[in-house]
Amino acid sequence: MRGRLWGLALYMFVLGFILNLLGIVSHVLVSSLAKRWFGTPLPTAFTTEWFAYAWSNFDLGRVLGVTIFIALAVVVLALILGFPAAYILARRNFRGKPLLLLLYFLPLLIPQMTYGIPLATTMYRYAIGGTVAGVILANLVPMVPLAVFILMPFFEQISMNLEWGAAMMGANRFQVFRRILLPLTVPGLLTAGVLILVNTVSNFELTFLVSGAGSQTLVVALFYNVFAGGVRPVYSVDAMAVMYMTTVMLLLLLALRFVRPTQMVFRLDQPQR
Amino acid sequence: MRRARVGERSELDAMAMVCVLPSLLYVLVMFVYPFLYGIYMSLRPAKLLGFSLANYIVFFTDEWQYRTVWITFGIAVPNTIVVVSFALLLAYGMRRGIWLERTITTILVLPISLGVILLAEGILGFYGARGWFHQILLGLGVLKEPLVLTHNYIGVMLSLFMQQFPFCFLMLLGYVSGIDPSIENSARTLGAGPWTVFYKVMLPLMAPGIAIAFALVFVMSFGVFPSAILLGQPAGATRTIAIAAYQQAFEFYDMSYASAIAVVMGLFQLAGLLVIILLRRRMVMAATMGVGKR
Amino acid sequence: MKDTIESLRFRITKRFGTKTVLKDFGLEVRGRQFITFLGPSGCGKSTALNILAGLIPATDGDVWIDGERIDHLPPEKRGFGMVFQNYALFPHMTVYSNIAFGLQLQRRPAAEIRERVGQMLDLVQLPGFEERYPSQLSGGQQQRIAIARALVLHPRLLLLDEPLSNLDAKLRIEMRAEIKRLHTNLGLTSIYVTHDQTEALSLSDWVVVMRDGILMQAGTAQEIHDQPRNVFVADFMGFRNFFPVQVASVGPEGVVEGTGNGMRIRGRTRHALGPGAAAVAAIRPDDVQVGEHLGGPNAFHGKVDIVEYLGRENEVILTLEAGPRLWVHTPERVVPGESVMVVFPPEKVIFLPPDGEGVSA
Ligand SMILES: Nc1ncnc2c1ncn2[C@@H]1O[C@H](COP(=O)(O)OP(=O)(O)OP(=O)(O)O)[C@@H](O)[C@H]1O
Ligand SMILES: [Mg+2]
Repeated sequence: MRGRLWGLALYMFVLGFILNLLGIVSHVLVSSLAKRWFGTPLPTAFTTEWFAYAWSNFDLGRVLGVTIFIALAVVVLALILGFPAAYILARRNFRGKPLLLLLYFLPLLIPQMTYGIPLATTMYRYAIGGTVAGVILANLVPMVPLAVFILMPFFEQISMNLEWGAAMMGANRFQVFRRILLPLTVPGLLTAGVLILVNTVSNFELTFLVSGAGSQTLVVALFYNVFAGGVRPVYSVDAMAVMYMTTVMLLLLLALRFVRPTQMVFRLDQPQR
Repeated sequence: MRRARVGERSELDAMAMVCVLPSLLYVLVMFVYPFLYGIYMSLRPAKLLGFSLANYIVFFTDEWQYRTVWITFGIAVPNTIVVVSFALLLAYGMRRGIWLERTITTILVLPISLGVILLAEGILGFYGARGWFHQILLGLGVLKEPLVLTHNYIGVMLSLFMQQFPFCFLMLLGYVSGIDPSIENSARTLGAGPWTVFYKVMLPLMAPGIAIAFALVFVMSFGVFPSAILLGQPAGATRTIAIAAYQQAFEFYDMSYASAIAVVMGLFQLAGLLVIILLRRRMVMAATMGVGKR
Repeated sequence: MKDTIESLRFRITKRFGTKTVLKDFGLEVRGRQFITFLGPSGCGKSTALNILAGLIPATDGDVWIDGERIDHLPPEKRGFGMVFQNYALFPHMTVYSNIAFGLQLQRRPAAEIRERVGQMLDLVQLPGFEERYPSQLSGGQQQRIAIARALVLHPRLLLLDEPLSNLDAKLRIEMRAEIKRLHTNLGLTSIYVTHDQTEALSLSDWVVVMRDGILMQAGTAQEIHDQPRNVFVADFMGFRNFFPVQVASVGPEGVVEGTGNGMRIRGRTRHALGPGAAAVAAIRPDDVQVGEHLGGPNAFHGKVDIVEYLGRENEVILTLEAGPRLWVHTPERVVPGESVMVVFPPEKVIFLPPDGEGVSA
């Protein structure tokens, strides 16, 4: 009986969360399609012109292109940098390893504002602040460690004997990497790639601090437009937000074909082996 | 190419180094260096020559500035507790799998795609004085007066909850469902009721996961910046320390003072993490005492 | 590829941190033999095998094959084959690709690869399994594929690390015979790691017994079984009953008598035990005779404590009049509480140095 009530409470909570979410999302959706909407259950007239307005006035095509370019670049670079480090951290024991792990963990722990401000200052001094390259480099700071920590457990799952077995059959290190490690870590690379992609697209602080006019990602561009409140009609900002949501949601749904939802977040170590 | 003897450690270490070095250099150049540079900058105030603690002194004597510390903790701590508690209860309830699990988890992932801005816009509209929330509740007669839910503390909390709950829940669900079910089953066969199983068996097993979830949610909410601006009162009740740092940097262009505030922010956040780590120690000790030797 | 090896000689020490896992573990054997490393869990068998394979570095020592020092070679250049405890089949490759892996690395022509993989599958009696994945095979089948994968490259030395430990008892015996058959038919040199003494005795030409990283005894299966050198090996080989004694007299041809606990025991020894020396007399439960009217040397009275039915015989635990406990396997029917007479045939009793001594190759 108590178990039933408990189960019911869980479903009620989930239901509440979903209703809340629906309310929030559909408000923005409806608003982006409204000619004008003020205090009534639904707008009196609908229109799609805000999307066209947002697309042309906010230079959205370019912002979208920049965002996707930045995100893909961060994914590729973070995986290239993180893959070998994760392998060593998963496989080898050496003095100073805990210290190294802590060092990799810090960019994920320290507030982005704390290192973002001096990072931005440094970057502007070397003239990479405000450029697309600058945004990519800044976003890599937390994303390389993220790649390392996501990939590590995937390496730990691959038995050392598989590598040894290949070596016993005459495979050198590169062949072991190419034929054994790489194919077996594909799920890990996918998981890490998806997470880094979503995180980069939605990262606000770092991009906000180092981006300039031509290198803003979608979130930052959106923020500026909301912040410039009053100048932009709220419906157009909502239209832009809907486009952002659609983009990321498509990415996410694509990703969910490869990755389970619980793998979509920073993975904790499993309690038991 | 001559290979060194297998017995020599140096060869192995050379490979390990080649593997680790690129990312290590990256972290050193792009994280450690700016971080240290920030500390250095913070100690060289713009208006003075040489090193000085002036920025820090100014910060901690100016109420307008130092109260941002309390404001930030006032948002981050309750939010972390609420998010982790709800996520834990839900994840625990779903550890054996439930009806519509895949759908529910998928729905819970989707908020990740909304982005801060859409959430902010949606909350402003939905919970605003003329939004659907009030239209319905006023219409049903549940409320007499509209509540003020946005442009204040509540608005910020709502937004943070919506952003962080899904993350935290999925993280904990992955962790909890990784615990071997036979542990719980054997506790049940030994006569432990559901509550005892939760408190004496599962909670200690989940403690490491919970601690990490606490830490990550705390880190996310401590840096609260866009939500505090869009949904709160950035010039008043929700002027967090991140906003203070940003203002100094990009509105007053005082990088030195801004760095000082950023450093203060980092230190207070690390202090918060330290408390979580210490609490976790206590929890583990209590658990091992309660459960006996493992 | 070269044929199998003619001789193997090594001496290795291995430390993990401060812990010494192999202590001057050394051996010199002829090729074309089936060699077993036998010892309890954690004694360093796998470590020794992995060092021979070149997979982990030794802290100190050297490995020689046919008079050539090989410990500087990386594993892929040694030309050995290895079968791992959990098989280590590549889960993302089919059976065919698993077996063909090494041949492909050697850039053999496709036709040759196909032929040799086919031959191997016939040899391990799994023809037609080419397109399966390892997860679609039973434990015994996986194990055979692992062997095929190691053999297809004609290794000059085959290393097997407890390859049967994941199988059930019946399959284990079948596979044991199969491994022996392959070894003999192909004229291989094999080193086999196990903690199961029956497995070791039934397979091996040469058995190496280890304990805590130290070689306790090396010899033919027969030698190890009949003439263990020390208490540890004797215990491992099924001598269950040990009596601490003091040597009373030494006769010709290793005949000795010892006393202890008020018992006078006669037996044989291969050790230089002088009168007055401390020693341990040992006998297997199967070698003890039980009856009511027995006499002569080594006859003792005892009372039956526990009787367990083992099928063809009973396992009986007695308390000897003199005090010690005795394990006996006997077809005689006895009941708990009964007084019986037991006899240790002197030719079945061995005298060993006390525990902790007699440790040398
Ligand atoms: N990488 C390592 N680091 C530290 N100690 C190790 C390592 N590998 C093995 N050991 C230790 O070395 C000892 C020997 O291990 P090894 O695996 O060789 O034993 P084994 O004889 O194969 O045992 P089993 O029959 O259980 O497989 C063990 O005590 C083990 O704890
Ligand atoms: Mg082993």
